[in-house]
Amino acid sequence: MPHAYPFLTPEQKKELSDIAHKIVATGKGILAADESTGSVAKRFQSINAENTEENRRLYRQLLFTADERIKPCIGGVILFHETMYQKTDDGKPFTQYLKERDMVVGIKVDKGVVPLAGTNGETTTQGLDGLYERCAQYKKDGADFAKWRSVLKITPTTPSRLAIVENANVLARYASICQMHGIVPIIEPEILPDGDHDLKRCQYVTEKVLAAVYKALSDHHVYLEGTLLKPNMVTAGHSCSHKYTNQEIAMATVTALRRTVPPAVTGITFLSGGQSEEEASVNLNAMNQCPLHRPWAVTFSYGRALQASALKAWCGKVENGKACQEEFIKRALANNLACQGKYAPSGASAAGADSLFVANHAY
Amino acid sequence: MTHQFPSLSPEQKKELSDIAQRIVAPGKGILAADESTGTMGKRLEKIKVENSEENRRYFRDLLFSTDPSISNCVGGIIFFHETLYQKSDSGKLFPQVIKDKGIVVGIKVDKGTAGLNGTDGETTTQGLDGLSERCAQYKKDGCDFAKWRCVLKISDSCPTSLAIAENANVLARYASICQQNGLVPIVEPEIMPDGTHDLLHCQYVTEKVLAAVYKALSDHHVYLEGTLLKPNMVTAGQSCAKKFTPQEVAMATVTALRRTVPASVPGICFLSGGQSEEEASLNLNAINQVPLNRPWKLTFSYGRALQASALAAWQGKTANKAAAQEAFCSRAKINGLASKGEYKASGSADQASMQSLFSASYIY
Repeated sequence: MPHAYPFLTPEQKKELSDIAHKIVATGKGILAADESTGSVAKRFQSINAENTEENRRLYRQLLFTADERIKPCIGGVILFHETMYQKTDDGKPFTQYLKERDMVVGIKVDKGVVPLAGTNGETTTQGLDGLYERCAQYKKDGADFAKWRSVLKITPTTPSRLAIVENANVLARYASICQMHGIVPIIEPEILPDGDHDLKRCQYVTEKVLAAVYKALSDHHVYLEGTLLKPNMVTAGHSCSHKYTNQEIAMATVTALRRTVPPAVTGITFLSGGQSEEEASVNLNAMNQCPLHRPWAVTFSYGRALQASALKAWCGKVENGKACQEEFIKRALANNLACQGKYAPSGASAAGADSLFVANHAY
Repeated sequence: MTHQFPSLSPEQKKELSDIAQRIVAPGKGILAADESTGTMGKRLEKIKVENSEENRRYFRDLLFSTDPSISNCVGGIIFFHETLYQKSDSGKLFPQVIKDKGIVVGIKVDKGTAGLNGTDGETTTQGLDGLSERCAQYKKDGCDFAKWRCVLKISDSCPTSLAIAENANVLARYASICQQNGLVPIVEPEIMPDGTHDLLHCQYVTEKVLAAVYKALSDHHVYLEGTLLKPNMVTAGQSCAKKFTPQEVAMATVTALRRTVPASVPGICFLSGGQSEEEASLNLNAINQVPLNRPWKLTFSYGRALQASALAAWQGKTANKAAAQEAFCSRAKINGLASKGEYKASGSADQASMQSLFSASYIY
C-alpha cells in the first residue's frame, strides 16, 4: 500500500487522456452500435428483417455513412467484434472509415453476464480471460476505447453487497487491462430500471454502487483521467406509480454523480436503458441545464435512443436507406444540442427550465 | 445496502450545507486556534511565556478581538474546549465575540491519537465515546462545526492498509455523529510531511488515503455537501533532497484531490503542517491558479501559518498587543487573497508568467 509501482508512462497517460477528451468533445457523444448478434436478432425481428451477417453489415454501414451533419455529434462509435472486421461496399474496413471521419473506434469486450450463486438472481460479467491479448490485438486493429457492461438490479433484497463488490472489482480489472494497451475503458455499472421503486431509492443505490466502483478503480490503480463512465440516469422504476419530471431526474442524477464521481473523470456518457429517443434527449438536456456544477462532460452513449426510428424507417429494405439515415441524423443532432443544454423539444422553449429545478437539499 | 433509512431531514441537510458554505465563502478560510493545552505550552515556551490559563486566554483574546474586518478573510475559527468557555477582556464569552463578527464557531472534538498494535508506530484517533452528547452540548454552546484529526505517516512500510482503513472508519463515524447534532464535520486525514520521500510518493499515498476516506464516508451515509475536508498539501518529505516549486506542489495536490474528492464537497481547507507562513500562502495561492477544473473551494485552515508572527510579536507583553494583532491581520489578509489565487508576493512575477510554470497535468 505505501509504494507506487507506476505502470503507465506520462506518454501513455497523455494518450489515454487525449482519446477520452476527443470522444466527449463539446457537442459530441457516442453511438453504441455494439449490439451482439443475439441482440440484433431482437431488433431485426421487430422490423421483419432477416438476421444475416450481410444485413448487419448493411445496417451498420447506413449509420456510419450518414452525411457530414453527424460529424459534430458523434465522438465515438462502439462496435461489436464482428463489425470491427467488416467493410464498406467499397471494401474499406469500417474502423478505417470511421477514423477518417474523425470518430474514435470502440469495441465491446465483455462476454456477457453469468449468475452469482446464492443471490437473488444477481450476476457478474465475464470476459477477463485473455483480455490482455485481445486488447493488444484490438488496438492494432484500430480500437482506441472499449466498453464493458456490468448489471445490477433493484428489488427489496438487491443489489446485495456481494453483487456490488464483485461487479466493481471486475470493472476495475477490465479497466486496468485496457489502459495497459492504450485503450480507454468505458466503465458501465448499469442499474436496471425494472421495478416499482421511486426516484430516491434509485439515487441511493446509484450512489452506493458508484462509490464502490470508484474505490475499486483506486485500489486497482486505474488512471481516472483516461476513463469514461457509462451509468444509468437516476430514474424511478418502470412500474413506479409516481411520475417524475425531467428536472427531478436531472437533479437526482447530477447529485448522485457529484457525490461519487471524482472530477478527474473526463466524461460521463449515459446509457439510455429503456427510455424513448425523445425522453433520452430531454433528460440529457435537463442534466446540462442543472444549476449544480458539473466538473466532467455530461453526454450520451446511446444505442436504441439513437437507432429506434432509423431501424423502423429502414425495415431491411435498400430503398429505405436515405430515410433510415435521416432519422439517425435527426436524433444525433438532437443529442448534440442536449449535451450542451440547448435542446428544445418541439413545443417547449430551450430556456426557462431553470425555475423547475428544486433546491438540491431535497436530494 | 439496498434500502435507505434517511438519517437527515431536508432541513437538517440545508442547515449543514449553509454552515459549510459560510465557512468557505469566497476569500475566506479558517483560523485553527484549537491547540490543546500541551501544544499551546510548546508555542508559549518558544517566546518564553508561562503556559497559564490566563495567558492562553489572553492570546486567544488578542486574536479574536482583532479588527472586525478580519471577517472578510476568516470564515470560521476552531476552538479548543477550554477556550469555548473563556471570556474576552470585556467579559463576553468568546463564541459570542466570534459570532458577533459573523464568523462561524468550531470545536476540536477528538481526544488525541492512540497506538495501533502490531504496526510500526501507526495510530488511530480516539474520542467517539459519548461524542453525540458532547456534540449536542457544543451546538447549544454556540458551535456550528467540529474538527477531528487523524494522522498517517509515510515510510518504507507505512501507511499500512490497517492504518488507512481504521482512520478512515473513525473519521466517518465522527462525521456521522456530528451531522446528527447539526455540526459540520471537518474531516482531517493528515499525512505527516516527515521523511525522505519525493512529491510523487506523497501524491500516491494521498490518493489512496483520500479514496479510502470517501468510501468510508459513503458507507456511513455521511451527507457530503455538509462536510469540509482538511488534508495535507501534497509535498515531498521534509528530508527529501530534491526541492519542488509551489507550482509543482500545487499541480500534485490538485491532481490528487481531483482523483478522489467528489464535487459535492463544498470546500477543502488545507492544514499548514510544518510550512512557514509564507510557504503556506504561496502554495495555497499556486493551488488556486492551477489550470484544472476545481469544483470545490480551496482555502486554508491554518494554525501556525497564521499565528507564528503574531506570537513572535507579542512576546507575552501587553504593550505588543497591537503589533501582534497587526501581524495576524496581515497573514489573514494574505491567505484570503491566496484562497482566490490573487496573492502577489513582493518580488514575484505576475499571474500570467506564473501560469507558464505549470507543466501539463498528465505527468502526475
